[in-house]
Amino acid sequence: MSELVIPYRTEPHPVTGVTSGKLGIWLFLASEVMLFGALFSSYVLLRVGVLQEHWPLGVEAGLNVPIGTFNTIVLITSSITMVMAWASLKMDNVEAYKKYFGATIVLGLVFLVIKGFEYGDKFSHHIFPATGWPGAGDPSPFYGLYFTFTGLHALHVALGILVNVWLLVWGTKLYKTDPECFTGRIEIAGLYWHFVDLVWIFLFPVLYLL
Amino acid sequence: MMNESELAHFKQHIRVYIGVFVALAVLTVVTVGVSYLDLPTGYAITLAMIVASIKAFLVAGYFMHLMSEEKVIIWLLALSAAFLVFLFVLPLVTELGNGPLWTG
Repeated sequence: MSELVIPYRTEPHPVTGVTSGKLGIWLFLASEVMLFGALFSSYVLLRVGVLQEHWPLGVEAGLNVPIGTFNTIVLITSSITMVMAWASLKMDNVEAYKKYFGATIVLGLVFLVIKGFEYGDKFSHHIFPATGWPGAGDPSPFYGLYFTFTGLHALHVALGILVNVWLLVWGTKLYKTDPECFTGRIEIAGLYWHFVDLVWIFLFPVLYLL
Repeated sequence: MMNESELAHFKQHIRVYIGVFVALAVLTVVTVGVSYLDLPTGYAITLAMIVASIKAFLVAGYFMHLMSEEKVIIWLLALSAAFLVFLFVLPLVTELGNGPLWTG
């Protein structure tokens, strides 16, 4: 029996001009745009439907802006280490790739740990998704939106970390036999990771600052 | 994998990546700084969304290579963006003039 080979793994498809993997991840990311888009649309609807004085700024609702800012920088830094990991492979420097990719994973974990502390702080103050904020009384959708948005985003970060750990620990051996294919995989993992960063770029001001 | 001239060319890309990273960090500080100015809500939202859009453009354009990506990907995202606009406009249009949903 011949081995099943996925076509256009490394060479671009003659019609699309891209590899199957790259087309696949972009289709997935397009669906993710709609997923997060639906949430942002809900946010806009709820926000325009509320009297302005009943909508808290993140800081009024008890969110910690310096911690949120720090976590934003952590995620942005993980994006540059991710793109450097890919660039290192393109330049055939596997050791540099391992360092940068490992740093990306660690920074992702740092982001999640900080988010965990933020959640812990809220829970210890008896703030849950259904909790109104002190100025508005119930029902206020602020914390429902906050936990839904950040929870879904954190889930994406966690899944990205799992895939990246697999690629670093078990996947890297493919580089020895098929460097182009493995570099393509890191590029695809990078596209997902940058998208998660991109979502946070909008989430942070929307929840913490406005 | 790369010859000398390709490598030199690629190293220019890396300089661009580092420049984008610095710009993202600076824009993050700008967003937070502006939030302390206590601007009227409308201005604050507009300004924050403009800065966030610039950051998103930098990430998508350079880190995700959309600036040099094949047309099929651009069209795919344009389609997605069109539906996204629909998703935002539809509820707003149906809601306009109905008064506040929540009064607290």
